[in-house]
This record gives sequence, C-alpha cells and structure tokens, in this order.
Amino acid sequence: MILSLSKDTVTVAQEQDVVFLKNRVKEVAVRIKMGLVNQTRLITAASELVRNMMRYANGGKCLIEVVSSGRNNGVRLTFSDSGPGIPDITAAMRDGFSTGKSLGLGLPGTKRLVNEFDIKSKVGEGTIVTIIKWANG
Amino acid sequence: MDKIPILRMGRFLLVTIQVDLYDRLALTLEADLIQAVQKHNARGVLIDISAVSIVDSFMGRIIGNIASMSKILDAETVVVGMQPAVAITLIELGLPLKGVHTALDMEKGMDLLRSMMDTTDNDEDEDAIADDFITE
Repeated sequence: MILSLSKDTVTVAQEQDVVFLKNRVKEVAVRIKMGLVNQTRLITAASELVRNMMRYANGGKCLIEVVSSGRNNGVRLTFSDSGPGIPDITAAMRDGFSTGKSLGLGLPGTKRLVNEFDIKSKVGEGTIVTIIKWANG
Repeated sequence: MDKIPILRMGRFLLVTIQVDLYDRLALTLEADLIQAVQKHNARGVLIDISAVSIVDSFMGRIIGNIASMSKILDAETVVVGMQPAVAITLIELGLPLKGVHTALDMEKGMDLLRSMMDTTDNDEDEDAIADDFITE
C-alpha cells in the first residue's frame, strides 16, 4: 500500500513556473534523502512531462507528494492538464513517435527514468500522468 | 532577458553554461552561437556544462543541433564537464548525443579541439600536395 505523507500543488502556466516546479521537486527529493542520480532522473522526468503539458495543453497542474510504501520513501508527481488529450497512447509511448516536431523521446524516455508510470488520457478532456521515483529504487 | 556569454579565444568559441537552461535560453544560445561561428570564422566550439544538473530531451536536442550546425559551418563542437548523473539520464532517456565530441574537462576539450585542427590542417596540406601532383 502506498501512503501519501505530504502534498503540494504547483500550477504551471508560463516558463518561469517550470523552473519553480523543478526546484520544488528537487527540495522534496533532497528532503527524503534521494541519491543524486535518482534526483537527476526524477527532475529530468518532471522536466519532460511539464514540457508536454506546456506545449500541448498550455499548462496545467502538478501535485507533488512524498509517498511511503513499507520501508521505501519516494516522490510521486501527478501532472494533470485539460488539454486536447492523446488519441493513441500506445503510439505516444513508442520511441520516436511525436505529433509535434520533437524527437518523440519524452514519454517513453520518462518511463525509463522512473519506477512507476501511469498515463490516462481522454480526447477533448485532458491527460493525467503519474510517476513515482523511490529514494533508493 | 538572460543571455549566455560567448567568448572568443583565437579560432575557438568558449561557452560556459552557469545556470540551468530553460527552453528559450537554450534556443537563444543556439542562434547566437551559430551566428558567432560565422562572424568570428571559428573552427571550434567548446561548451562547458559542468554547472548544468539537468539535461532533458529538449536540451539534448539543442546540443546536438549546435554540433550539427557548427559542423556544416566547418567548426567542431566539444562538450566538456558533463556530470555523471547527467550522462546516466541522457542514455536512459535514449539520447546518446551522436556526433557531439565530449571531453572530461576544459583542458582536455581544448586539447581535443587543437588535435582535430592539426589533423584537418595536415589533410589540407596533403590535398594541396596531391593537387600539385595532378597538375604536374
């Protein structure tokens, strides 16, 4: 079972908010004594997801939580937007697939950087991406 | 607006990125740097990223772009000082930075650029000799 120990929501609407969000994620990761490499993986993953949110949905919200499961502590990030949604998630999770002009590494790359990855999307309603990085995972 | 300074040292351009890059800053750097390569007739570009703690797919693409753009303007790009955690995330992300030369630190990067210049210069000499031979 995964327990949520603390909650904090950051609204992302412009580029300055992205920097603020990355700093908040770093603070939380440092607080639970996550190692430097895992911190870097988590912040890079957050950076990819927040860029998607800015590019495709003009912004959204990110919920930052400290979670615990047994002896493990970790950070859970939930990115939610009310953008156009993703019509084909299976395609979006494939390396090299992009509807924008990017490399198409964002979603599949993010999944490789974190321990748990979940994506839900409804066309016309929005997208919710949840990731968890354990402190020593 | 923030700007990353580009310094000229002989035929080389030096860029030290001291802040965490955000998208617009990275795009500005790309444009400025490519213009500087042409303006100063630079043969090499040295980018120090030792103070950068996060390189995501967008930043990685910009670094790759700078290298490819410089290449077609006849300048080589060397990225130096990458943090180990950044190297780990780049590979896991799926971004091997093909076509970008790297070196551990500024000094080794400078040596690498110089050695690349030497070999290109030698090649040119050899070509010149070969040309002479043909004309004879």
